[in-house]
Amino acid sequence: MERNPEGENLEYGALEEVFEVPIGPIHPALKEPIRFTFQVRGERIVDVQIRTGFAHRGIEFMGMRQGRNLIQILYLSERICGICSVSHPIAFTQAVERAAGIEVPPRAQYIRVIISELERIHSHLLWAGVAAHELGFDTLLHLTWRVREKVLDILEELTGNRINYAIPIFGGVRRDITPEQYPRVWEAIRYYRGLLEELLDAFLRDPTVEARTRGVGILEPKEAEELCAVGPTARASGLRKDVRQDRPYLAYSDFEVKAITPADYGLTPVGDVYDKIVVRLLEVGQSLDIIEKALENMPEGEITSFPKIPALLAHLKKAEGEGLGWHEAPRGEVIHYVRLVSGEESPLIWKVKAPTYSNLLSWYPMFEDQEVADIPIIAACIDPCICCMDRVYIVRNGKEETWTKEELLRLSWEKTRRMRR
Amino acid sequence: MGLSAFKRALWVFHVATGSCNGCDIEIVAALTPRYDVERFGIRLVGTPRHADVLLITGPVTRMMAERLKRIYEQTPDPKAVVVVGGCGSTSGVFYESYNLVGPVDRIIPVDVYVPGCPPRPEAIIDGVVKAVAKLEKLGAKV
Repeated sequence: MERNPEGENLEYGALEEVFEVPIGPIHPALKEPIRFTFQVRGERIVDVQIRTGFAHRGIEFMGMRQGRNLIQILYLSERICGICSVSHPIAFTQAVERAAGIEVPPRAQYIRVIISELERIHSHLLWAGVAAHELGFDTLLHLTWRVREKVLDILEELTGNRINYAIPIFGGVRRDITPEQYPRVWEAIRYYRGLLEELLDAFLRDPTVEARTRGVGILEPKEAEELCAVGPTARASGLRKDVRQDRPYLAYSDFEVKAITPADYGLTPVGDVYDKIVVRLLEVGQSLDIIEKALENMPEGEITSFPKIPALLAHLKKAEGEGLGWHEAPRGEVIHYVRLVSGEESPLIWKVKAPTYSNLLSWYPMFEDQEVADIPIIAACIDPCICCMDRVYIVRNGKEETWTKEELLRLSWEKTRRMRR
Repeated sequence: MGLSAFKRALWVFHVATGSCNGCDIEIVAALTPRYDVERFGIRLVGTPRHADVLLITGPVTRMMAERLKRIYEQTPDPKAVVVVGGCGSTSGVFYESYNLVGPVDRIIPVDVYVPGCPPRPEAIIDGVVKAVAKLEKLGAKV
């Protein structure tokens, strides 16, 4: 996008000077700390700087400092992110399994797929609710979060916990899906099948949602490609990019996953916030398909190739080599790289690339020339895994004004009301 | 503790100090229809200046420590501090890192610890209810 401060066609405040609006690092809606510094002219965003690092815990360092064994690090990898709490372990176990030459039994691969697709459903519904909240549509937030509890119940049933499932372990999974559990999973699938149309209707055919999200936060396909966007952020711009399709791993090659873009819903991909809602909701349906197929074709057999933990630890200690593991997390591609050396319990190198890291840069073109009232929804639309703002300081004519997040939301809600009229 | 113990509506402010999102989404889950704490008058507010209770998650990263102190100072008295999650209470799995200065009670005084990684929404509600008891005791003194 060409920047042309002189000839810009601004709706109001065309001749005002540029002000700086810092937002963050504490913000109650987005959960994790990050700081945006916006340059605004009137209501229009001219430029943005993003400062990250508030949530940096040094997890890779903790894993590499020779105090923990790989199983302890597995639990650490799970706590990189509480929402993708099976995506990181899946990528990490794959990396270690490749490095140590461990085979995963087919049944364990299927269970990993089922849990990660259930996680995708919970994550996308969570995001849809947050997006509705940022638009001032709290009814929809409560609706989506109510229906999200069903998938958490199933995850709790299968894994023993609502969040942080601790399912993958090197060489397999820690829990089997028992025959009594199948009917409950099927029931949940039927529940969401019946609900999906209603959700699509509530989000996509609502004139207010459409008015607030169409043409807002556009990421052009070319920009998405150049900025290496991943996951739904890239797919909403029309890129057919999905790790499950491009480099199938685990049992994903059995399900013939196809990357979903708005074109599958009969729309021309624009890359705006509306398209991101379309992609995420359609992916809920895709995950249901995958879970159905996985349940139908579930192979019998062992769930782990190392039932005894001491034997697994001894094998890992002897292992030498390097491995790469990848997974399509709800937010996009996550990659773990591990290098093991013989005789050491911890890896020599552990490198993690999380999806939001790739998507951060796509914020820059999305924010360009948008309104201040659209900041909450654009910040939320890549489904960032880092939190954001608490209050906004506006220095106008040397006078400081403090804006809380509530006021920003109020701005956003007022805009909705304006558009309804 | 019965419902009569709630003499006033409790407003809660949530601070993430480098948490993994696990506790944070459970806090939001506690606000949404399944658990619905708003029926007790407990609601999340957007600024510490309106809050009675601080809900703190995360192991406190170096960059957040100063900000956590500032938020504590901005919260009007009487106030209660509830730490949600294992890493905020004891550091949990996050030990021996160069960038963590937690747990939370090394930075600010804490009244209630809610263990769990993450704790269930029921446990978070229980923690807030325990904070009510503290606030009432403080209220009786004034």
